Amino acid sequence: MEWRPKIIVFTCNWCSYAGADLAGVSRLQMPPDFRIIRVMCSARVDPEFVLRAFQRGADGVMVAGCHPGDCHYIGGNYRTRRRMALLKLLLQQFGLNPKRFRLEWISAGEGQKFAEVIREFVDEIKKLGPSPYRQIKKEVRKHG
Amino acid sequence: MAKKKITLALKRGASCVGCDIAVVNFSEKLFELLEIADVVFSPTLIDVKYKDLEAMPDKSITIGLYHGAVRNSENAHLAEVMRKKCQVLIAYGACAHMGGIPGLANVSNREKIFETVYKKTFSTENPEGVYPQTEWKDEKGRTLTLPEFFDEVYALDDIVDVDYYVPACPPTHKMNMQILELIKAWVEGKAELPPKGTVIAEEKTLCDECPRNPGKEKNIKVDRIRYISEVNPDPDKCFLEQGILCLGPATRAGCGAPCIEANMPCRGCMGPTSRVMDQGGSMLSAIASILGIREDEIEISEEEIEKLVSQIKDPLGCFYRFSLPRSLLRRVVEDRR
Ligand code: SF4
Ligand code: SF4
Ligand code: SF4
Ligand code: FES
Repeated sequence: MEWRPKIIVFTCNWCSYAGADLAGVSRLQMPPDFRIIRVMCSARVDPEFVLRAFQRGADGVMVAGCHPGDCHYIGGNYRTRRRMALLKLLLQQFGLNPKRFRLEWISAGEGQKFAEVIREFVDEIKKLGPSPYRQIKKEVRKHG
Repeated sequence: MAKKKITLALKRGASCVGCDIAVVNFSEKLFELLEIADVVFSPTLIDVKYKDLEAMPDKSITIGLYHGAVRNSENAHLAEVMRKKCQVLIAYGACAHMGGIPGLANVSNREKIFETVYKKTFSTENPEGVYPQTEWKDEKGRTLTLPEFFDEVYALDDIVDVDYYVPACPPTHKMNMQILELIKAWVEGKAELPPKGTVIAEEKTLCDECPRNPGKEKNIKVDRIRYISEVNPDPDKCFLEQGILCLGPATRAGCGAPCIEANMPCRGCMGPTSRVMDQGGSMLSAIASILGIREDEIEISEEEIEKLVSQIKDPLGCFYRFSLPRSLLRRVVEDRR
């Protein structure tokens, strides 16, 4: 059986979730390997959520929010982009391939962009294969 | 007082022994402790051997303090023996609580550590590439053994069930006094012990008890990161306000902020509060959110943001200095490139 990745996508309620919805209702083709978690603003995505997703065996994580200047809460995504940029450095130190983590700005009208980004992301993750943290999860159970 | 004395055992794992010294830091109150408790096992303080501990009846020791992380099978075995012999087992100090400084070895693994230590170091000559063996038979057929070096470092409760945690590297006098009060009240029948799993410290963050806290009215902004080696910190101003990384916002209060008092920023040895899953993630969020925020934010490009955050040189080492084995990801891995 072909290996299928598990990908978590956090989308903010006001732009990116609407963008994802548009991609859906426009019947744009997307691989079924991602799960969306809707949050009110991309700034609600605590870096802990991303770490937790990888700990639980996600092969890739994407955070999507409104374009800079468009955040419904004015400055939310300004925090998001700093946190996620630093988180990317941290994940690299943990040994993960930086391609496993993505930050994207997707507006409510960009259904097309959402579908493209998802297709590209799933493709990249498929090339990388399962996250090494899937294995770690098992080892910890063995000792602990 | 006719009441029987309780018994205490102190055992170290992968420890710098600083925590044994920290027990001495009960200072004159140590006598108060010794009035209610007899120390029956402590390789640092009295002449005892492992087999003495192993020979004691199960649950015969009232309270056991285990300090140090679990690095090898000897540490793990003794952790299990301590669990069996003690009614109450306390993880004492940052290493037992979260892996501590030895836990930073989780940026590597057994193979890489052995390679460095037994092959690559400048002073090593090892042409046959011999590594320590856990078992070896000499010519007379006698077997010698060494503990197994684990692939990663564990905190105490990864290995055995732990009743209480006393964080910090090492626990401070103030925290020792808190333990003493708890034990005394219990021995004298005045109070129950706290619920199992309690971290014997405060529930708030260090900033909350920090004398430099600028208060709620003030929004802290950091224009750029400054390292303590480059500047003379203002002794009255919050470190973060000065651009110096201080783990106060992501760290549990209760140590009494001795580092801040000595004009050193907090490195986070108390670990996170109970509301947080991951101390590093929490600190990352705190610092990134206030770094280089400007009025003309919209003009800042993503490349500039990358530059901004890369001023933080070693986020992993800095944010998980004491807690890597108890972080969500626990250890560094190798991924496909
Ligand atoms: S917590 Fe600190 S003082 Fe205690 S054993 Fe670990 S490194 Fe040493
Ligand atoms: S960041 Fe550090 S210096 Fe500032 S209030 Fe918190 S603990 Fe004190
Ligand atoms: S100030 Fe920070 S580093 Fe110093 S003892 Fe307290 S928690 Fe540990
Ligand atoms: S609401 Fe979309 S990023 Fe804040």
